[in-house]
Amino acid sequence: MLNYTIRRLLISIPTLLFISLVIFLLLDLAPGDPMSSIPLTVPPEVKEKMREALGLGEPVHIRFLNWLYQFFVVEPQVAWDHLFGTDFAEGKQRIISFQSRSPVMTVVAERMPQTLWVVGLSYVIGILIALPIGIISAYKQYSWFDQIGTFISMIGFSIPTFFSGVLLIVVFSVILQWFPSIYDTTHTVTDWGSFWYQVKQMIMPVSVLALYNAAQISRFMRASMLDNLNQDYVRTARAKGMSEKVVVLSHVLRNSMIPVVTVIALGVPTIFGGAIITEQVFQVNGLGQMLITAIYASDAPMVQTLTFIFAVLIVLFNLIADILYGILDPRIRYD
Amino acid sequence: MADGAAPVLNVRDLTTVFKTRSGAVHAVNSVSFSLKPGELLGIVGESGSGKSVTMMSLIGLIPAPPAIVSGEAVEFGGLDLLTATDDELRRIRGARIGFVFQDPMTSLNPVFTIGHQIMEPLRKHMGMTKPEARARAQALLELVGIPDAERRLKDYPHQFSGGMRQRVMIAIALACDPEVLIADEPTTALDVTIQAQILELMHELRAKLGMAVIWITHDLGVIAGIADRVLVMYGGQIVEHADVRDLFKQPRHPYTRALLQTVPRVRGERAERLEVIEGQPPILHAAPSSCSFAARCPFSFERCLRENPARFEVGPGHDAACFYDFDAGGPRHVG
Repeated sequence: MLNYTIRRLLISIPTLLFISLVIFLLLDLAPGDPMSSIPLTVPPEVKEKMREALGLGEPVHIRFLNWLYQFFVVEPQVAWDHLFGTDFAEGKQRIISFQSRSPVMTVVAERMPQTLWVVGLSYVIGILIALPIGIISAYKQYSWFDQIGTFISMIGFSIPTFFSGVLLIVVFSVILQWFPSIYDTTHTVTDWGSFWYQVKQMIMPVSVLALYNAAQISRFMRASMLDNLNQDYVRTARAKGMSEKVVVLSHVLRNSMIPVVTVIALGVPTIFGGAIITEQVFQVNGLGQMLITAIYASDAPMVQTLTFIFAVLIVLFNLIADILYGILDPRIRYD
Repeated sequence: MADGAAPVLNVRDLTTVFKTRSGAVHAVNSVSFSLKPGELLGIVGESGSGKSVTMMSLIGLIPAPPAIVSGEAVEFGGLDLLTATDDELRRIRGARIGFVFQDPMTSLNPVFTIGHQIMEPLRKHMGMTKPEARARAQALLELVGIPDAERRLKDYPHQFSGGMRQRVMIAIALACDPEVLIADEPTTALDVTIQAQILELMHELRAKLGMAVIWITHDLGVIAGIADRVLVMYGGQIVEHADVRDLFKQPRHPYTRALLQTVPRVRGERAERLEVIEGQPPILHAAPSSCSFAARCPFSFERCLRENPARFEVGPGHDAACFYDFDAGGPRHVG
């Protein structure tokens, strides 16, 4: 298993380098100009100087190698310095956002907690709702519970989050005025009152995303349980006199979780990237929203870095899913 | 075997009906038989004759609904299994009645070790601690002839061959010293040499442990080798019941006679063409009101289409459900 993991990690290096090149070239080919938001009154020669100051005068391969050096050498050094108080990165050029002129990774570190709290929490809640629903729906197939569960998952599955988000805002913020419609990132929790406010502003974005995640995962769980409930080994377990609880929650569930865990692990990167639209709807100052504004402003270093981070997460969680698969299913051996 | 002893299992008038969308299917129709202590009762019949469903029905392994199991009584150990609660049935299954199923490749749970699967009933029914159960599991594996038992306990089903898995299934079935072992086509999925080994093993185990065995098969050759008494099933009914010698010497039901003719003979200069029974076994959408074999029977006459024959006694311990009297060479003159 260790061998396999190391081999996979080594293979992912060229993969990621190739991905970063593709992203870089695509961004370079994309229309749009970081100068387009500069007022028209600024003379062209000043604009030209500004472009050069941003490093846009260099040829494409130099800019790419520069970015690679900054991402893989300078930024880790900065992080190291930050943690251990050393000064390896002293005087070296970091990846700078065109928009804010501040280092991209600093902004990412600032935005990360919001995304993790709102989107991550919704993923966890979604999973916690989905698993029992999937298990019960399958065990009591075609019961009223299953029918209602199927109907709600269908709704959660088919209504896009930008619609359900706006719907919730209209109902609960505008008409009922229970929850704030805009997520206040600057809010800090100091006492029970402010904690309650934090809960209130998280309820809507979290429930929109949780519904969406739960709909998908509960379907997977149900299908996987149904696959296993009719297997011969279930009859064997019953013939051994095992209680229904042991039969379903031990024998069937252990087998059914194998594909579901894989799906859950593969879904983790979407926590960081996939909630872009929901963050936009609720004005959560997270990574997704940052990516959208960076794209509008043709902020290539920011888009490049964020997209690449998503790519790293996807490759990483693919590996994690494969490893989990190997741990959960004794029939899979990688060595 | 112990003639006249009180039967361990006494089934009276067992009927199983499946309610499906395309109508009812009468899979088991008024089946009555008894099992004496220590005897091996063979049940023969082609696929779909209701052999397995009968066995599953009497111990509550048939999913109900869609199945409806009814009857006069299934007496086992002073209890009527038809009126017993689920809990009471669970305490009998795996403890006092053991099961071996047809397909050893799918009957074991792929994600648990063999040791775990053997220890489960031991811990549940016999209240053993883990070390006690492990010691017993090891002894059981040795009993069924699996070498290197201590190490093999930690292996998963996929690390065993088909024959070895069936040995493991037998070990599980025998774990709690059952009074009755129900073997549902245990050798059908195995190749001939492995089949011979399993039969040999069953011979030994019966001599050693002395439990009663119900052996379901469609292979008359297997039955001839091991059974004491035989039930022949057709259309969810018992059509003939006799000692194994009587059955092969003097079959008294046209279906049994036809079955015996389908057994290939290899003696003689050249192999003869295989005899076949033309037609298909019936799917009964209502309780039988005529002889269900009449359509395929060369001896059938008008009464067979009008009335469903009862089981007539044709000799000591030998009965057949047929209006044709082979001894007299004509229709039977009864009620």
